[in-house]
Amino acid sequence: MHGIDKRFGAVQANAAVDLTVAAGSVHGIVGENGAGKSTLMSILYGFYQADAGQIEIEGRPARIDDSHDAIALGIGMVHQHFMLVDTLSALDNVMLGAEPDWRLSRAREKVRAGLQALIDDTGLAVRLDLPVEELPVGERQRLEILKALYRGARILILDEPTAVLTPQETATLFETLRRLRGRGTTILLITHKLKEIMVLCDAVTVMRGGRVVLDTPIAQTGLDALAQAMVGRRVKMGREDQPHRAAAPADAEVLLRAEGLGWRDALGVPRLAEVSLALRAGEIVGIAGVTGNGQSELLDALSGLLVPQAGTLELGGQRFTPAHWITPRRARELRLAHVPEDRHQRALVLPFPAWESAVLGYQDRPRYARAGWMRGATMRRDTAEMMERYDVRPRNPQLRSSKFSGGNQQKLVLAREAQLQDRPPRVLLVGQPTRGVDIGAIEFIHGRLRALCEGGGAVLVVSSELDEILALADRVLVMNGGRIAGELPIERCDEAALGRLMGDSAAEPAPAAA
Amino acid sequence: MSSHSIELPRWIDLVVLPVFNLMLALLVAGVVVWSVGLEPLQVIRLLLKGAFGSAVGWGYTLYYATTFVFAGLAVAVAFHGGLFNIGGEGQATMGGLGAGLVALALAAHWPAWALLPAMVAGAMVFGLAWAAVPAALQAWRGSHVVITTIMFNFIAAALLAWLLVNVLKAPGNMTVESRAFGPNALLPGMHQMLGALGIAWPRTPLNASVLLAALACVMVWLVLWRSRAGFALRATGFAPEAARYGGIAPRRQVMLSMMLSGALAGLVGVNEIAGVHNRLLPDFVAGAGFAGIAVSLIGRNHPVGIVLASLLFGALYQGGAELAFEMPGFSRDMVYTLQGLIVLFAGAMAMVAAPMFARLHAALTRRGAAGG
Amino acid sequence: MPRSRGGGRPVDEIGTLLASTLRLATPLILCALAGCVSERAGVIDLGLEGKMLLCAFAAGAMGAISGSFALALLAAVAVGVALSMLHGYACVSHRGDQVVMGVAITMTAAGLTVVLGLAWFKLGGQTPPVSDAVRLDPLLADAAKALAGVPLLGALAQAFLGHNALVYAAFLLAGAVWWLLYRTRFGLRLRAAGENPAMVDAAGVSVIGLRYRALAINGVLAALAGAYLVLALNSSFSPNMTAGRGYMALAAMIFGKWHPLGALAACLLFGFLDAASIRLQGTMLPALLGGGEVPVQAIQALPYVLTVVLLAGFIGRARAPKALGLPHVKER
Repeated sequence: MHGIDKRFGAVQANAAVDLTVAAGSVHGIVGENGAGKSTLMSILYGFYQADAGQIEIEGRPARIDDSHDAIALGIGMVHQHFMLVDTLSALDNVMLGAEPDWRLSRAREKVRAGLQALIDDTGLAVRLDLPVEELPVGERQRLEILKALYRGARILILDEPTAVLTPQETATLFETLRRLRGRGTTILLITHKLKEIMVLCDAVTVMRGGRVVLDTPIAQTGLDALAQAMVGRRVKMGREDQPHRAAAPADAEVLLRAEGLGWRDALGVPRLAEVSLALRAGEIVGIAGVTGNGQSELLDALSGLLVPQAGTLELGGQRFTPAHWITPRRARELRLAHVPEDRHQRALVLPFPAWESAVLGYQDRPRYARAGWMRGATMRRDTAEMMERYDVRPRNPQLRSSKFSGGNQQKLVLAREAQLQDRPPRVLLVGQPTRGVDIGAIEFIHGRLRALCEGGGAVLVVSSELDEILALADRVLVMNGGRIAGELPIERCDEAALGRLMGDSAAEPAPAAA
Repeated sequence: MSSHSIELPRWIDLVVLPVFNLMLALLVAGVVVWSVGLEPLQVIRLLLKGAFGSAVGWGYTLYYATTFVFAGLAVAVAFHGGLFNIGGEGQATMGGLGAGLVALALAAHWPAWALLPAMVAGAMVFGLAWAAVPAALQAWRGSHVVITTIMFNFIAAALLAWLLVNVLKAPGNMTVESRAFGPNALLPGMHQMLGALGIAWPRTPLNASVLLAALACVMVWLVLWRSRAGFALRATGFAPEAARYGGIAPRRQVMLSMMLSGALAGLVGVNEIAGVHNRLLPDFVAGAGFAGIAVSLIGRNHPVGIVLASLLFGALYQGGAELAFEMPGFSRDMVYTLQGLIVLFAGAMAMVAAPMFARLHAALTRRGAAGG
Repeated sequence: MPRSRGGGRPVDEIGTLLASTLRLATPLILCALAGCVSERAGVIDLGLEGKMLLCAFAAGAMGAISGSFALALLAAVAVGVALSMLHGYACVSHRGDQVVMGVAITMTAAGLTVVLGLAWFKLGGQTPPVSDAVRLDPLLADAAKALAGVPLLGALAQAFLGHNALVYAAFLLAGAVWWLLYRTRFGLRLRAAGENPAMVDAAGVSVIGLRYRALAINGVLAALAGAYLVLALNSSFSPNMTAGRGYMALAAMIFGKWHPLGALAACLLFGFLDAASIRLQGTMLPALLGGGEVPVQAIQALPYVLTVVLLAGFIGRARAPKALGLPHVKER
């Protein structure tokens, strides 16, 4: 791929990206959130068209307008979310859309022979006749790979394949990928796990901010170099021009303590594993890490939207266990506030006017409801005041929530959660505080979060923007694979350390690169 | 159910779209009318005359409208909670049964001023209970409320039939109905109430239920838009995830919205049993539950729209009955057809028209902004 | 087999009961199959009642006017497919609500059939009775008569012989639908479209095309159900003659867990209950059960009660196709 550009609105997802992959090799594509690696692969698979640039497959220029063109060119993709029909058998899933006969029994016979040969050749063990819903996750993934290979994929794109696998399953997968490489299949591995790259890949391309920052054979690089390249050199920038904030004393009161939180999703994949953390009064704790490693689930568990299967939570003098977990209502009573990551689905009721969305979660407070009736005038007045204080525009409490720009919606939600009817919350959980917010508002929001801490509260920030975490946090926890990979006080956050943690490597200094 | 996934300015959403859909339905109905050899404009003229041209006509129109207001409010409340209540027929049947059972038990002993409110309460409780079971099944067992309420419609009809035939049938009577309850179980008719004020009004089925309907409209509006329960209900209907985030329990909301809906549907029984028939008889609901769906859809699930739509449907029913006398080719089934067409255009086809309007509006505002 | 003094009467009773069951179950079977095909593809069909009604009217009207069985059947099929295509246009091509659409079709059909019937035939909404040439003849009726006196065989003959072609066709069609859904490529894709349409899209098969084809089959089957009512069961159309059968068929489909053969069994059960309620009307219960008349209404309500119990999960799980009712919007 030469000179690939892709812009989505204001965001330059890919800028002048060059990617060269040798045939029959395993090539890693590394980057943190928003680096552009998913966009690049989507272009290769035909989901998007690049604004500029050319693609050549096996030496010939290629035009990829949709996924069918990609498949025709021998490109196959295994997504993070499997495209399988649970009630059908594995065989049927592979066959769908390319059945060799209109009679199913004949079709299955014809396909089975070819598939079995493929299975034997590649080592992708899949039980063909069981319905997919009875297959464990690792086997389902093998089925997805089988599907792609059956359609003649010579170039295989794998999007974060190990996110759902156990260590044993990961090892099995790597074995399989090596065998495929031996057969001449080219493999593109999108991942943020640096150890895997070092173990499996022949070459690696690191992307950051839409550009390629490092492109090298594995033999000529090491974990540290990759970590640094992934994270970049802007670590100290955020802090330089901030007014000096006294760090929280180490013996400040613990406002929230979580121990051993664990949760598996419907497929049995552990999304939270032994997560423990404590929030002290006056500190901002940042959760960094590539999106999808348990940060969302952590926020949901702490705010009561998700009941974990293991662990305890202490908040406001109360102790919660999975049998009687905290609820959003109880959380608010204990002065925990939550600004959700997904503000459209969660934080606001979009068709409601602003003055109704502005009390979502607090509608039962005596201030707003008396004897079952809502006190509309008070709600509108408070909304106007919130809008004034947080500079939400337009200053119209009657306007439908959906009509506000993303940034203003965020400010409104933050105003609601931070105000809590004149009493600031003790703990504030914030997910992606400044997503979609303009520059000026970002500063404002950050200022508000700091002010909350100075008042004795604690803030937990989850953000996919490392800059933001570094600008705000007193200490940074990095999540990886549902666990807390490591914790660093802000002074010790440098590119290498963060990159290693985010890339799922040990926090101790790595051995010198070969 | 509404088109709020597409951004339309409120005035288009609430006024232009329903009027447009109504026009489409009338157009198609007009074609049908014309195709059976009648003159559409003449039909409309006679319809309006039959409905509004005389005091008797008004009386019947308002009497029908009362039933439709209750049925429409029932559907609307459920819609606001995010549910489609097709069970209005069954809930109305049970409501009438409730009122009737109270009357049969207490008519001999209680005076009218105590009995009638008790009958209203009985109707609401029975309607509420009949909706509560499907609601509970949806909330706790995940059974789709649409299917269960349809089943419950049939079960209610069977239950009423069995009771009428085996338990409540007036002895010695050939027709399948209960004995008459007695005068203290009958709501005062409009002619009586106006007569007490010195106004002469002909005798029609119009009765005090119409006042109850007006009250119900006001109450529903207040509850939905001014009360805490209504806030929770609407939030759940629009954005269940946000409601959960806001501390609102989704299961409870399902129960509450369906129960309120069932209670309102039950009030249909008040208009029919306590207001007119003064006895229990089979099929007094006669499709009101489905008419309520049409009323609510074209009335955009708002009490004001529902009142207007109910008046329209009441006029159609009354005018249609008159017309059936005057024009041999016409029958009331034309009105049922129009009802179905309204559900078609305002309900199912809403997603066909709405994007069209959104595009039109966007194009016009863009041009206005460019030119201005 | 108990042998009563009347010379094998209980067996004969059962024979006639079974015969009634088959006759009454046939429209249910055809409708339930129609619902199966549609809902397996992901499209809810609450308009079965209305489709059946309008198709019955079309068959009755065309049969009376033309005197030809073939034309009557053709008219019914045309109407059925047209309604299904309308359903598809609003709900598959555009994101109309499938439940509301079904209700709309049923309501409109109820009114339209009477309006047209009155206008065209002036018989109070009925269509004129069709001549015997148009109606379906009972098959193998002579064989049934010949075996009438024979003890066991006679009862069986009574039960299974002497029905018209559509009755046997319904059973064959149940098998055919099963074969279509589970043994052909089209059926595989159709079922996948009802579970995970995104996957079907990604595999290069048009979900919309599949759903339209499913709806076409649905239209034909519903039309056959309607035609049966007029050309076999009765001899003319009368207003609201479907009497809730469309909904009972829906219940049977759910009771049969969306499987054509399960639906067949459920329809037979419901048909049996219907036949039993008719047969038992007016008979007295033995004193052991309290005397009084048999509660026919209870038997009539039983199919609906059973369906609710099943849906509540008390007698096994009924899992609907995962993507049922969700409009499919092509991603990217």
